[in-house]
Amino acid sequence: MKRLVLGAIGAVLVGGAAGAAAPAQAQETPVLITGATILTAAEPFKIENGAVLFEDGRIRAAGPADEVDAPANATVIDGQGMFVTPGIVDAHSHIASDATNEGSVSVSSMVSIKDVIDPTDISIYREAAGGTTTSHVMHGSANPIGGQNAVIKHRWGSDAAGMLMDAPPTIKFALGENPKRSNSNTIPGVPQRYPATRMGVMDVIRQAFTDAAEYRARWEAYEELVARGDRSAIPPRRDLRLDPLVGVLNGEILVHAHSYRADEILQLMRVAEEFGFRIHVFQHVLEGYRVADEMREHGASASTFSDWWAYKVEAYEAIPHNAAIMTRRGILVSINSDSSEEGRHLNQEAAKTMKWGGLTEEEALATVTINPAVQLGIDDRVGSLEAGKDADVVLWENYPLSSFAKVRTTWVDGEVVFDVDADMAMRAERETEKQRLREMLGEAEADEAESDETGAARLRGGRGPGNRSEERAGI
Amino acid sequence: MNQTSNAPRRAVRSGGFRRQQIGSGATAFLLGSVAAACAGLLAPAASEAQEAGAYAVVGATIHTVAEGVIENGTIVMRDGRIIAVGQDVEVPPGAEVVNGEGKHVYPGMIDAFSSLGLTEIGAVPATNDQSELGNWNPHLNAHTAIHPASEHIPVARANGITHTLSAPGGGGTGIAGQATLIHLDGWSVEEMEITESAAMVVSWPSLGGRGRGRFGGGGGGGNFREAQRRFDEQVGEMEDWFEAALHYRDALASGSTRVTRDLQLESLARVLDGGMKLIVRANGHREITSAVEFAEKWELDIAIAGATGAREIADMLAEKNIPVILGPVQRTPSGRDAAYDDPNTLPGVLRGAGVDIAFATFNSSDSRTLPYEAANSVSWGLPRDAAMEAVTLGAARILGVQDRLGSLEVGKVGNVIVTDGDPLEITTRIEHVFIRGMPSDMDNKHDRLWEKYRNRPDSRPVVTTTT
Repeated sequence: MKRLVLGAIGAVLVGGAAGAAAPAQAQETPVLITGATILTAAEPFKIENGAVLFEDGRIRAAGPADEVDAPANATVIDGQGMFVTPGIVDAHSHIASDATNEGSVSVSSMVSIKDVIDPTDISIYREAAGGTTTSHVMHGSANPIGGQNAVIKHRWGSDAAGMLMDAPPTIKFALGENPKRSNSNTIPGVPQRYPATRMGVMDVIRQAFTDAAEYRARWEAYEELVARGDRSAIPPRRDLRLDPLVGVLNGEILVHAHSYRADEILQLMRVAEEFGFRIHVFQHVLEGYRVADEMREHGASASTFSDWWAYKVEAYEAIPHNAAIMTRRGILVSINSDSSEEGRHLNQEAAKTMKWGGLTEEEALATVTINPAVQLGIDDRVGSLEAGKDADVVLWENYPLSSFAKVRTTWVDGEVVFDVDADMAMRAERETEKQRLREMLGEAEADEAESDETGAARLRGGRGPGNRSEERAGI
Repeated sequence: MNQTSNAPRRAVRSGGFRRQQIGSGATAFLLGSVAAACAGLLAPAASEAQEAGAYAVVGATIHTVAEGVIENGTIVMRDGRIIAVGQDVEVPPGAEVVNGEGKHVYPGMIDAFSSLGLTEIGAVPATNDQSELGNWNPHLNAHTAIHPASEHIPVARANGITHTLSAPGGGGTGIAGQATLIHLDGWSVEEMEITESAAMVVSWPSLGGRGRGRFGGGGGGGNFREAQRRFDEQVGEMEDWFEAALHYRDALASGSTRVTRDLQLESLARVLDGGMKLIVRANGHREITSAVEFAEKWELDIAIAGATGAREIADMLAEKNIPVILGPVQRTPSGRDAAYDDPNTLPGVLRGAGVDIAFATFNSSDSRTLPYEAANSVSWGLPRDAAMEAVTLGAARILGVQDRLGSLEVGKVGNVIVTDGDPLEITTRIEHVFIRGMPSDMDNKHDRLWEKYRNRPDSRPVVTTTT
């Protein structure tokens, strides 16, 4: 009984921290932010003394303040001294999901993160407080061919279905140490599994697509018979593992491949070319700077980290100039978080591309806005401040590409999902609520409810898994 | 690493970076740095430590940290020390001069708790010398394992980190061993050492959670009372060690000849005698309070490292003059009901209450991000100057070397960085680093790979085997 009560308190407290508890709904009042510096991530990039108007969840206008007229009923926000950017798009995340890896098989294309979206993950709110409005929630890297991914909007307060964005389907591949299980084979109870080398990883992928190509041919033959009026034709047995791979072969499902070393990047492109498909995005791709030309010729883009390195052998040659080199070689580059921590300040991670390798302000902001939107095939809706796009907007108190940056308000589809004043106001309410629950239970149990798991992990080992980096934990 | 071409390496070696006359201005000096970066020189700059000459940065904005900001100022270092700072300062004849016009000068930054030199590749146990087996290792010392040729050191240094407390630990509750304060430039650990035994590092027991999740804390599950019982037991064990050290010391002091030398107790006795600071890794306010009470009982000089839950005991820490090494600030808030900005506001709250603070990365490859840990507190209440102080003089104070390090004052060791802006800002470039009054090599693994691969030819040459 006591456990049940404590569980309920947890739920209440989480709701309290959330701020906006009501499900996202259609924006009712037009909003005009005026007098701010607008960084559009489109043309023109920077508008001093600019304005952004949004209504019904869509951006109506972004331009010089004196050219944007607001309807009479608009809420007007004086943005003087502040900055406005599009909502940040995170091309690699593991938040808001109840599971990450189906690691028991080496090809898990039949599973999907869409089935396990957890809309109560507090990271959805915390990342919105750092300007992130869209996340590519990915399957983990346990398998050469992983599961299908989901794209969510940070519509905090909505249910799982309400989080999902209608985006082109994507699937996770993974190369190198993680699918080889190089760093995890000493975990008790985890059996060794094929593959254990990069040769084996490529084999698993090649075999899977060999199967998929044959499976597709069987279906095509069947459909041809049907088209010819053969009523005795027997359909092939439906294979939920191979269906998504046929989608890849047909270019309908986009491949996002976890990768580190230059050689494995190259090899995967060649295997894909063998079967006539393309690697849409190389994820992590820490050695992309070594094979940037080959990636460009293949038609791949890249989603990488800003400055992580040396956490494993395949990350030992990682350099923070990676994004800049690939950009200069003509590759579309995004900076992603892969972490519920990093997902709260991708603006700062983007700024690092200016320091290391000298990207321009415009290129830097693009790495966390329009570029990841293109990589996810959702650039018609998000990633820049342009009329007609979704009203995913961030108001910053100061310059966003800075270690001093702070978000004031974040809107998703024109609805406020984070506001610093509203958050502050919620704290008093939360404290009152907490106090009331404490009194209900008595102090001892309340202490118990308060106890913190991740804090203990940090005490023992510095940055714990799930804190700075899921990837560093080998997911 | 055999990836840099030999040609520029030879050129620079014969050219001699150190001998280059830099009086002609910053451009020449900068060219020298770039050449050195291309050369892939692994050698730290302390190569000519014995020849430490005179160096000056002229006409820069000098942020002394201790005594305000000097516009259009000059700083002179000679024989490893700062010999002049001010506007009307004469540059000694023969001094190598950096033109500081439009530049900023700050003290080098101190990562107050890191694993620099103790670990190279996180996932490879063979490269990790930070965590020893066993929970009670007061006799172990980081300096016996610090790897001066670690690739992490030049990477951190190139972003203005000049000093760190290289600390053992990472294992479970107990005494991790002695941390060594080093500067990040030297051919050997002996050249890098500032204080061999700068602090004894202890991981305080944790009340943790109730063993529900992956990180059950406290260990073993059970309810809160159970966790409390385990906690008390572990603190009791800590108590036993100090008790034993006390008896050992007293027995030696009594002149008894029957005492067998015990390296563990001998080391711990130094803490009892005030010869070494105790740095306690603790996060929750109850754990910190327990450690503070322990320190009071044993009259120990302590600092808390971590301290994520110190908010509600800020006044107590200030009153008792207990300093705190914070970080990382870029972490997720502890607990699902914590405020989204809990990590960001904590440094300002502690500083506001009067607690001495420093920042640390508790890491090796991330050490270069130290300034951003501090910066991420500034928009949440920590004054900008206080943030800068925390990564320089504040850290020096906590580590007991404020008489030598942490600020730009005459008589202090020449630890100086020259930048194009605020070093806490991501986009700021660190252009020169001086450690012990000598210019440090700015070259590092990352710049070398950058230089090499951004110059990769666009197309592969056609190889013909026939004539």
